[in-house]
Amino acid sequence: MQLTLGPVLFNWQSDVWRDFYFQIADEAPIDVVVVGEIVCSKRSPFFAEHMPTVIERLVASGKQVVLGSLILISLPRERRQMAELTGTEDFLVEANDLTCVRGLRGRPHAIGPFVNVYNEATAAYLADLGATRICLPPELPLRSIATIAASVPEVTTEVFAFGKVPLAISARCYHARIHKLTKDNCRFVCEQDPDGLAVKTLEGDGFLSVNGVQTLSHSCASYLDDADALARAGVGALRLSPQKCDMVQVAHVFRNVVEGRLGAGDGNRALSEIYPGVPFANGFLHGLPGAELAEPVT
Amino acid sequence: MELICPAGTPSALEVAVNAGADAIYCGFSDETNARNFPGLNFSREELGEGISYAHRHGVKVLVAINTFARAGATDVWKRAIDDAVGAGADALIMADVGMLAYTARHHSSQRIHLSVQAAAANPDAIRFYVESFGVRRVVLPRVLSVPEIAKIIKEVSCETEVFVYGGLCVMEEGRCSLSSYATGKSPNMQGVCSPPSHVSYREEGDKVVSRLGKFTINAFAEDEATAYPTLCKGRFTTSHGTGYIFEDPVSLDAATMLPGLRDAGVTALKIEGRQRGRAYIESVVRTFRQAIEALEAGEAIKTGSLIAMSEGQMTTAGAYRKTWR
Repeated sequence: MQLTLGPVLFNWQSDVWRDFYFQIADEAPIDVVVVGEIVCSKRSPFFAEHMPTVIERLVASGKQVVLGSLILISLPRERRQMAELTGTEDFLVEANDLTCVRGLRGRPHAIGPFVNVYNEATAAYLADLGATRICLPPELPLRSIATIAASVPEVTTEVFAFGKVPLAISARCYHARIHKLTKDNCRFVCEQDPDGLAVKTLEGDGFLSVNGVQTLSHSCASYLDDADALARAGVGALRLSPQKCDMVQVAHVFRNVVEGRLGAGDGNRALSEIYPGVPFANGFLHGLPGAELAEPVT
Repeated sequence: MELICPAGTPSALEVAVNAGADAIYCGFSDETNARNFPGLNFSREELGEGISYAHRHGVKVLVAINTFARAGATDVWKRAIDDAVGAGADALIMADVGMLAYTARHHSSQRIHLSVQAAAANPDAIRFYVESFGVRRVVLPRVLSVPEIAKIIKEVSCETEVFVYGGLCVMEEGRCSLSSYATGKSPNMQGVCSPPSHVSYREEGDKVVSRLGKFTINAFAEDEATAYPTLCKGRFTTSHGTGYIFEDPVSLDAATMLPGLRDAGVTALKIEGRQRGRAYIESVVRTFRQAIEALEAGEAIKTGSLIAMSEGQMTTAGAYRKTWR
């Protein structure tokens, strides 16, 4: 089972972002690292200056680097950025929108979790176009995952296995709206919330997290309990999505559990110490509301 | 511009035809379409009869098969496609890449419209669907301003259709799992959002509290009108205060944008609301028919007449105005 580190979804300070990847490169038992700003194109310039050194460090550490594309592409500037990205030949590009698949078809590429691959027919079609890795949408249940993985054995099927779950993308920036600003004049207020801005119900229950134009879950997905079942279902990689916690330690816990050196129960206890105060959930995998935590499949 | 109107039942179809629709869109009574509500939609037989009725009146019927097919059960979607083609649908409205490929291969002469659920928000994405599956029209996601729509139309070879009235998704359609996070049921998979089966209302003190699954979505004082607890239009709290952080309980009304949409080159205007009753359909369709006629005659478009029909009795032009973002 491979471990993939998904792209940082939040607007971290650029030096924090750079140092995070340096630490991942040097210390984390991760096989594949997806880098790139995929949520908001306005943030991209901040990370651009560090991108070459980050990629260089990750490659030097033996990790496979994959470049992630924007989820929502509507502005001319974003289309130009994506055309440049899909022209890259040095690294695998992960398409988070079919916009990029148009530029990538005919050569190996990855499909990200924001492309709607809900069934074997879609997976087969994209594999024919050159997809070698497909990270499935986070809301898929295990039964669908197993059917899709079995239908495209030549593709590495990946599942979103750790992190606040990206649930929606919008043209509207909710960070800007909450701060009574507009998207065009946002003052990058999203950087105030490097783990997302907590959205609670009127009764004070944690519900969602706002990250600019993106909305994520309040709970943190953890499929640690289900790692065995996912492996049996033909899943070849688990995606860990960066949160404001020690992701190197998260990667160690997942690595130890998938390789049998640590029980899932002990792994869960370790995770709740590494990322305290955030409830874990795996409901999507079990066909339940995504916010719920179900017993593992045996 | 063509006027595309919803029909959740055969009688709504007849009402829409008679109120001035150029085309009706509808779906089968199952999970293959994105308005999979109890008691709604068409049997195979009803679709055949509906198409006959519409065609006799010179009106087209578009069949929405626009959810994403369930893995291991794609036959259900393929049968829906085969049956809609067999019934003489003027177009299929689709979003799933695998099912688009199936339709293009097995029904190569069938006209296909790309559903808003496919979230094709720029010319490159639209070209992908046109080149791959011969898509003839794209329903644009509600994330674009009118000038952006105009630019897209200049670059693509297919027709475009835009929503002008009704329920408003504030998230990009086809890429939203908020509903399944709270209820286990999603637009993409089950064809429902914030489904009534998971909604409850409870009186707590002097307030009515609405819930979706286990989550409180809103609370209304006695003098406030209650709104259906659509997840993205609820009242929530952040460290910056409490309010409608995603969107107020509003619906879309782009009547004032019609001249801009016409000048942009939009082919068709779409009204949301297959779940709505006949009175609503009749009123909204007739109003937009009059608006299009006024536009074509160079007269002023009357606005505001549909306010009583709208959700929470407030409307917005949504992303069509750039400031909405």
